[in-house]
Amino acid sequence: MRGLTRKMSSPVRSPFRRDLTGLKESDVTTYIVRRLLQSIVVLLLVSIFVFLAIRLMPGDPIKLMVYESNLTGLSPQQLADLRHEYGLDKPLALQYLDWLGGVLQGNLGISVFTKTPVAKEIFRRLPITFEIGLWSLLLSIVIGVPVGIISAVRRGTWIDQLVVTLSNIGVTIPVFWLGVILMLVFSLYLKWLPVMGFTPLTEDPGMHFKQLVMPVICSSLFSVAALARQTRSSMLEVMHQDYIRTAWSKGLNENAIIFKHALKNGLIPVITTLGLSARGIVGGSTVVETVFSIPGMGRLLVSAVSNLDYAYVQGIILIIAATVVAINVLIDIVYGWADPRIRYS
Amino acid sequence: MAILLDVKNLQTRFDTEAGVVKAVDGVSFHINEQEIVGFVGESGCGKSVTQLSVMQLIPNPPGRIIGGEVWFDGKDLLKYERNGSEMRSVRGSKISMIFQEPMTSLNPVLTISEQIGESMQLHLRLNKADARKRAVELLSLVGIPAAESRIDDYPHQFSGGMRQRVMIAIGLACNPRLIIADEPTTALDVTTQAVLLELIKDLVKRFNTSLTLVTHNLGVVARYAQRIYVMYAGRIVEAGPTNEIFAHPRHPYTVGLLKCVPRLDQPRDKQLVPIEGLPPNLIKMPPMCAFLPRCAYRINRCEKSHWPPLTPVGEHHSAACFVNLEATLENDDK
Ligand SMILES: Nc1ncnc2c1ncn2[C@@H]1O[C@H](COP(=O)(O)OP(=O)(O)O)[C@@H](O)[C@H]1O
Ligand SMILES: [Mg+2]
Repeated sequence: MRGLTRKMSSPVRSPFRRDLTGLKESDVTTYIVRRLLQSIVVLLLVSIFVFLAIRLMPGDPIKLMVYESNLTGLSPQQLADLRHEYGLDKPLALQYLDWLGGVLQGNLGISVFTKTPVAKEIFRRLPITFEIGLWSLLLSIVIGVPVGIISAVRRGTWIDQLVVTLSNIGVTIPVFWLGVILMLVFSLYLKWLPVMGFTPLTEDPGMHFKQLVMPVICSSLFSVAALARQTRSSMLEVMHQDYIRTAWSKGLNENAIIFKHALKNGLIPVITTLGLSARGIVGGSTVVETVFSIPGMGRLLVSAVSNLDYAYVQGIILIIAATVVAINVLIDIVYGWADPRIRYS
Repeated sequence: MAILLDVKNLQTRFDTEAGVVKAVDGVSFHINEQEIVGFVGESGCGKSVTQLSVMQLIPNPPGRIIGGEVWFDGKDLLKYERNGSEMRSVRGSKISMIFQEPMTSLNPVLTISEQIGESMQLHLRLNKADARKRAVELLSLVGIPAAESRIDDYPHQFSGGMRQRVMIAIGLACNPRLIIADEPTTALDVTTQAVLLELIKDLVKRFNTSLTLVTHNLGVVARYAQRIYVMYAGRIVEAGPTNEIFAHPRHPYTVGLLKCVPRLDQPRDKQLVPIEGLPPNLIKMPPMCAFLPRCAYRINRCEKSHWPPLTPVGEHHSAACFVNLEATLENDDK
């Protein structure tokens, strides 16, 4: 929540000051502009970091490619030529600037392995990863938040105990393990769902969604559980606040208390969890796509890392970083919308 | 004067880890039509719990109203289900409450307009626009300048005193028969306190509303209340008309409270003495008078007897004490 302050007014503040609402609109605009500038700095740092990190990994991409492509027997001169072709013989700083210059023009570089521009392949796979991510996020909100509310409202009942137990399990289950279990049960044993793979929506919508069921469950499990837990605890806290007692004293019924007076307050901390979940889902795509053999960005990253395919690794990490940064900005804006006490400064 | 609210033998407890807290232990009182009645006592002696019990607003768990009757409009409110529709139709419409904490008693994410208007939409069946219009009227009635332009502000845009004015507006919204103000000004600075108490007094007078004024400040009740109930350790220890109690206090606790109020009818250099000791822990209370350990007038009988019931000591005056305090005090003065 850097950059955001919660405005706590002091009891002696003059009642005649009317500075808050008037400024808010333009405040938001300058705030967003500043956040965008910050984001650019963050992305630059990430790009430097990933550029260096992948190069610190043991191994030489040219040799690896030569070995993997059964091109053994190339002369040292030919290897040097190859290295030169990909600019890998230049000083690091120069290599970085070359890459950055390309990125700014939308060119993420050429893969040593496939000898094709990586941007094309990444952007072909991006929608697949994002689709799974969005479904997962949606599922987490649609299940996690209501379950958390019910659990808080029915505190101490068997429903609540069940929710608490399941969500504790949910946040600890390893995703790959769950993936394998789901496959065993629903595909191999019950034969309800295809084991793995991916079919584009345009080819066969039925198959498309069937194949997405298990990956989406896997990648949303953590956030469903985390959101349910967070919603429950913050709703419980809100229900004890003085303003809830005030609401009861007006004669409102339980639904009005929960949905009008408690929910919006209770959901403010949930927004943070939602942000964490979104980031977790993006990061978790590597595991889920590998387990279910889905041709998304996550699986591409895994194979690119093991191949030391610099251009792919750099490109994908940069896009993941950009997504995370965008999620953060979005979260902050949602915060400001949800909590009138927050001022953008 | 007709009785508006008649509370009989109210008992409220809290189940805590340390044990059962008898927060209200057999309290009886009544409020007449158009009357201002003060409740005084140190903090923790059960004033708030008594008032919240009347509205069945005790959080459960840990709280429970285990006995008593609350007669209002010919009905015993305690017979109603806690948050059932009958109880809800009384809250905010016939009896409303103003709470102590202006900083936390308003919902931070709802506008003032919504918070004042919602009980009118609920109880008076006003539509949103009319409720809003009346909310603006109420806001200027409680002395908020430029009410029209402030109605859509959020609570954090108001100072503590202004928020308490908003609370008063909420309390008045449905023109209730009784307003329960639980230390409405304790959290505010002295000047604001006085202004707001005057405002509350004027408004209840204007709308013929009864007022229960809870405070730990005897000076405040002296000024505004016609009658006083003095509470100690979950019980009423003295009750009577304000001037009678100030002139002839009959319970040592009341005497003690009076000694810590500055009075105009006494020499200025007279020392203000706080009562020694602390109010008792309401868990596992001994059967004797709860004030015994702090009492300067105790007699042998106090230590041997069950706590004294509230007994008449004058026409409208009663006290829960074995000592004939008036006689004792006169002897002291001689
Ligand atoms: N929610 C609660 N849980 C446990 N004990 C409570 C609760 N609310 C009040 N009490 C206890 O009830 C007693 C009376 O409290 P209260 O009525 O608030 O006192 P006051 O006279 O200051 O308004 C206190 O001893 C307090 O500890
Ligand atoms: Mg109190």
